[in-house]
Formats: sequence, C-alpha cells, structure tokens
Amino acid sequence: MTHQQTTSTVAVAPAAAVVSAAGRAAVGRAFAVRLALGLGGLALVFVLWWIGTDVLAQKGSFLARFSPLTAVPALFDLLLHSDLPLHVVMSLQRIFVGLGFALLIGVPLGLAVGSFQVVEAATSPAFQFLRMISPLSWMPIAVMVFGVGDKPIYFLLTFAAVWPILLSTAAGVRALDPRWLQLSRSLAATPLETLWRVVVPGVLGHVLTGVRLAIGILWIVLVPCEMLGVSAGLGYFILDTRDRLAYSELMATVLLIGILGFALDSLARSLYRIWAPGG
Amino acid sequence: MESASVLQARGLVLRYPGAAKSVLSGFDLALAPGEVVTILGPSGVGKSSLLRVLGGLQAPTSGTVQMDGAPLRGVHPRVAVAFQDPSLLPWLTLEKNVAFGLDFKHQPALSRAEREARVNDAIAEVGLSHARRQHPAALSGGMAQRAALARCLARRPKVLLLDEPFGALDEVTRAEMQTLLLKVVADTGTAAVLITHDIDEALLLSDRIVLLGGAPARQIGQWTLSLPFPRDDAVEELGTLRIEILTTLRNAVRRQNSDVSHAYA
Repeated sequence: MTHQQTTSTVAVAPAAAVVSAAGRAAVGRAFAVRLALGLGGLALVFVLWWIGTDVLAQKGSFLARFSPLTAVPALFDLLLHSDLPLHVVMSLQRIFVGLGFALLIGVPLGLAVGSFQVVEAATSPAFQFLRMISPLSWMPIAVMVFGVGDKPIYFLLTFAAVWPILLSTAAGVRALDPRWLQLSRSLAATPLETLWRVVVPGVLGHVLTGVRLAIGILWIVLVPCEMLGVSAGLGYFILDTRDRLAYSELMATVLLIGILGFALDSLARSLYRIWAPGG
Repeated sequence: MESASVLQARGLVLRYPGAAKSVLSGFDLALAPGEVVTILGPSGVGKSSLLRVLGGLQAPTSGTVQMDGAPLRGVHPRVAVAFQDPSLLPWLTLEKNVAFGLDFKHQPALSRAEREARVNDAIAEVGLSHARRQHPAALSGGMAQRAALARCLARRPKVLLLDEPFGALDEVTRAEMQTLLLKVVADTGTAAVLITHDIDEALLLSDRIVLLGGAPARQIGQWTLSLPFPRDDAVEELGTLRIEILTTLRNAVRRQNSDVSHAYA
C-alpha cells in the first residue's frame, strides 16, 4: 500500500509539472496569436487608408492630400517642431479635471443611490433622462452660463463622465458581499466606519470600471468641445490646421487623437488590474 | 452558579416581524467562564438565529441576554462571533484582516503597540505567522478559517460564538480546526458557544451539549460531559452518549412530524 502510494506520487508530480508547463506555453501562444491578429487588424486599417488616398484617388486630387504617406511624417514634424505637445497637455489636463469633478460628484451620489432604495427610486428616471441628452447639446447654454474659456468645457466633460461613474458605483454597492456587512456589524462598526472600511474599498473595482467607461466618453466629447471658444487643445488644433489648409497636419492630428485615446484606455485598464480587489 | 456565568440568556423568544410562528420559544442558557457549550440541532431549527441573539446582532422579541451581569444591548466588544464563512476582506492582507475592527470607535481603545501585539499573538495562536502578508485569495479554506478565528481572538474575547465555523471544510482540515479550537480554549480561557449539526463534533469538543429541537425551537435535551480532552480514545463512553442524543433527536422529530400531520388531518 505504502509502496503503491509512493510510486503514484512520483508518477503524478512530473505529469503535473508537464501539464502546467504546457499550459503556460498554450497561454503564451494564445497571447501571441491575439497580438498578431490585433496588429494585423491595425495594419489593415492603414492599408485601407493608403488605398483610399493614394491608389484609388487621383493624383493631385483633394482626397490625396490626406494620405498616410504625408500624415505620418507630418505627425513627427509637428511633435518635434511645433506647439502641438502644448495642445496635447492642455487636452489631457481638461480630461483629468473633468474626470476629477465627475469622481467627486459621481462616487458619493452612486454610494447614496446604491445604499438607499428610496434614493434609487427617486433618482433613477431623472438620471436616465439626463444621461441620454448628448453633453454637446448643452454647449450653447454652458457657454452662456460659464462664459468663454475652460469653464464650459469642464462642465460639459463632467456632465458626460459623471453617469458611468455614478451608475457603476451604485451597481458596486448593490453587489457588495452581504457577509462583509455582517462582519462589520458584528464588530460594532459605526455607519461611517462601515462606509470607509468596507463599502468604499469594496466598490473600488466597480468605480474603476466606471472610470474606464468615463475616459472613453471624455475623450470622444473633448475634441468637439474644444472646437468652440478656446484657443488651445487638440479640437482647436484640428480647426486651426483646416483654416491653414494644412491637410497633412489635420490627418496627423486625427492620428494622434486615436493614439492618445488608445493609450488612455490602456492606462485605465492597467489601473483596474492593479487596484481592483482580488484582481 | 448564576453570578458565575459570563453569558446568560433567560426566556429567549424570537419571532421575526410578519412571521406566523416564532423561531425560538423560552430558551435559557448560563455559560460559565471557560466553558464550551455546543448547541446541537437539525438544519434550519433556528441555531443561527439563536447565536445572533446571543451575540447581540439580533434583539430577542422577549427575554434577556446578560453579559457579565449587565444586559446586552447590541454587539459587545468582548463577545466575538465567527461565521461559517470566514468573511475575510479580499483587499486586506491576512494581518490587516486580523486587525480589522480593533480600531473601531465602539471597541476598547488600544495603543498601536497593543494592537500589534494582539494581532501577532492571535496569528501565532492559529499558526499562520508564515502567511501574515498574504491576501485571502492565496489562502486555503482551512487557513482562511484560521484567520477568521484569529480575528476573533485579537479582541481577547470572554465569549466566542461560533456558527458552524468548520461546516464548509474537508474532513482532515475540520479535524485540525477542532484540535486548534481546543487549544485556543485551553490557552486563552475563553468560553465558547459552538453551533453545529454534527454530533461527533459536539461530542469531541464540548463540556456541555444542548439539543435544540421543535418548532419553535427550544431545549429538548442537555448533557454534561466531564471527559478530559482530547477525547479521541474515549470511543466507548462517547458512543453510548451518541446513541442517547440520536434517540432524543429522533423522538423529537417524530413528535413534531405527528404534530404536523395532526394539524393537516
């Protein structure tokens, strides 16, 4: 019996090691395949762009001015020899201010909506109503109320970003493990202690999901917002290139907006991986 | 005897608002310092509800619970409750989980050094010093339950209330945890009320076994065990007692079933 057990243990151990090594290799292969497919997809977009502007369009036509063959060099030139980096900084600053305000408003409201059914019932239709109004449609009113400059942009960005954060936070509160709340009750926690020590850390993952959704919306809303009443930022820069008839620079800026948005989303995703509980 | 008990329950009745029937009716218990009482009963009889009342988590409909002679109003800092689920907070390390709640406003004020000492002692007592910086996701079921026990011990409880704390563990881990509980009770002198539906667990761990049965639940039997611990070799004495308890339990279930069939006849 003892002998049998020994041999079976010996036989099992290397098998398990082989399986886990093979498992790791399979995971690595799957990742490599995904990466290759993703890069292939991106390359395809560039090829289609090139075909549209260089192969199908006639030489010297209007469309040909938006070619990647001129846009990519223009991008490097702009980043190195123009004030485009300042416009980028300006735009990113607006994103983070808008996100900050949205967090300051959305998280406490979300906690209240998720914690109290009365608040949820009272606010849910109003929030769904407000959420479905395009933030851009408030633009004229925002400019009239807040004047020309950064303030109306902050308002519009906050208004756009607050909903995903609020709704995710509320969903997070409803998804809290009731055993954690029972534990905090059994330790005679005050409501404030339960909030800070159990609820807030417990909903952090959901808040970060909301932040990721919010960043996506913010980046989309930002560019049109910057096309009105300000003299800096990527939205302003696009109109500026149009007015200067610098079409390769216009395309270069469009390209840069895509790259920065992609980077912001990756950042939000890695924040989620680092901070989300158990993640 | 009455003045000597740490936790005392008299005439506990519990009826949830809107419910047709009471869960508990007229339950009494006097827990002596250092005593381990097991509340044994079939699943769903109301054991957990009773424990919640004893722990101050649920106010009884009538009757009183006294801790050190003073009426219990809400949760008492020296009564610690461990649930079937370890309920560790996934974002805290084991160490921080054990320390969780020690600095709460309604807990006795402790200096940082005292808190650290208590956490260290509690973790050492359950044998988890090597894993103190790990997060719950990295712990096995048995380790997590040890950590939950350490969280109770860090409060230096006079009474430990355990709601089927080993119910979800495998046989081997369960036996280890039972041994650990005996050691903890011997080391710290805490009294304990253990809820279980496992007769063998009750026989191995208790100074006294209280059998809960009927609907609403009340005490239908009580046995005092004076055998020394560990009881692994006391098969004969425990076997006799086991049959006695089982018979009492079966009779109670039969009576209850005939009550039910009368009611529907």
